[in-house]
Amino acid sequence: MSAAVIVFPGSNCDRDCKVAVERSTGQPVSMVWHQETELPKGLDLIVLPGGFSYGDYLRCGAMAVQSPVMQAVKQAAEDGVTVVGICNGFQILCEAGMLPGALLRNAGLKYVCKPIALSIANGQTRFTAGYQGQREVVMTQGNGDGNYFADADTLARLEGEGQVVFRYVENPNGSVADIAGIQNARGNVLGMMPHPDRAFEAELGSADGAILFQSIYAAA
Amino acid sequence: MAKVRVHVFLKPGVLDVQGKAVEGALKGLGWAGVSDARVGKLIEFDYAGDDVEAEVKKMCETLLANTVIEGYRIEVA
Repeated sequence: MSAAVIVFPGSNCDRDCKVAVERSTGQPVSMVWHQETELPKGLDLIVLPGGFSYGDYLRCGAMAVQSPVMQAVKQAAEDGVTVVGICNGFQILCEAGMLPGALLRNAGLKYVCKPIALSIANGQTRFTAGYQGQREVVMTQGNGDGNYFADADTLARLEGEGQVVFRYVENPNGSVADIAGIQNARGNVLGMMPHPDRAFEAELGSADGAILFQSIYAAA
Repeated sequence: MAKVRVHVFLKPGVLDVQGKAVEGALKGLGWAGVSDARVGKLIEFDYAGDDVEAEVKKMCETLLANTVIEGYRIEVA
């Protein structure tokens, strides 16, 4: 198994993601600078980490999409490689058109930073299969622009195709349909605002995030 | 050389929380007549080249606006 974390200028959860995946799976993870035009060969998982890529200039994630590495990430996703975007990574996936919808400013205007309960909306994905019977998980949220928005048609498609993966038990930011995480139609690209990388062992308050990474590796 | 101004605003129907907060603050300061406040962006630049309107429209669709949530208005002088 082989994984890489993409590092943009302004990413701040890149090392968290590396450590989280390594400790969850026992497999090494490489770091890839955003100026690269090629990814390491034979990747099974690409993680777009949280943070403030390019200082959130223009819109969160908008500038990161223009980074050279994103062409390779898009190609890898089309080739079936698993891609997970967490927080700013979710914003980047939406800006790149790899996931539908967009992330707006939190409805309360406040930066929300706290452990948060999520219900698993679809337990049959490569990201959630490992939770087995578990219906709820706890992960840490930390964002100012986490208010997921999609128009009515897109939302109906997401719901109809089982693309909603996680929902907030108590909606902290105004996200439509309480959406915390979605996957693409093919089921190999996941975007989520809460951080599994901040919840991979009990000392962090929750180990539920580790199961997500283990689930991806078990499916590969 | 064309002087270009691009106004970017959230589409109608997309909750503009900054606009709402600004409106609330203005009302709190005593301007009771304020309504429908919206907060957007103004992007200005000079552009040398042909088909300015068409090229700037492409810039908006590619980068300057996220058309899932934002609309834009172009001024060329």
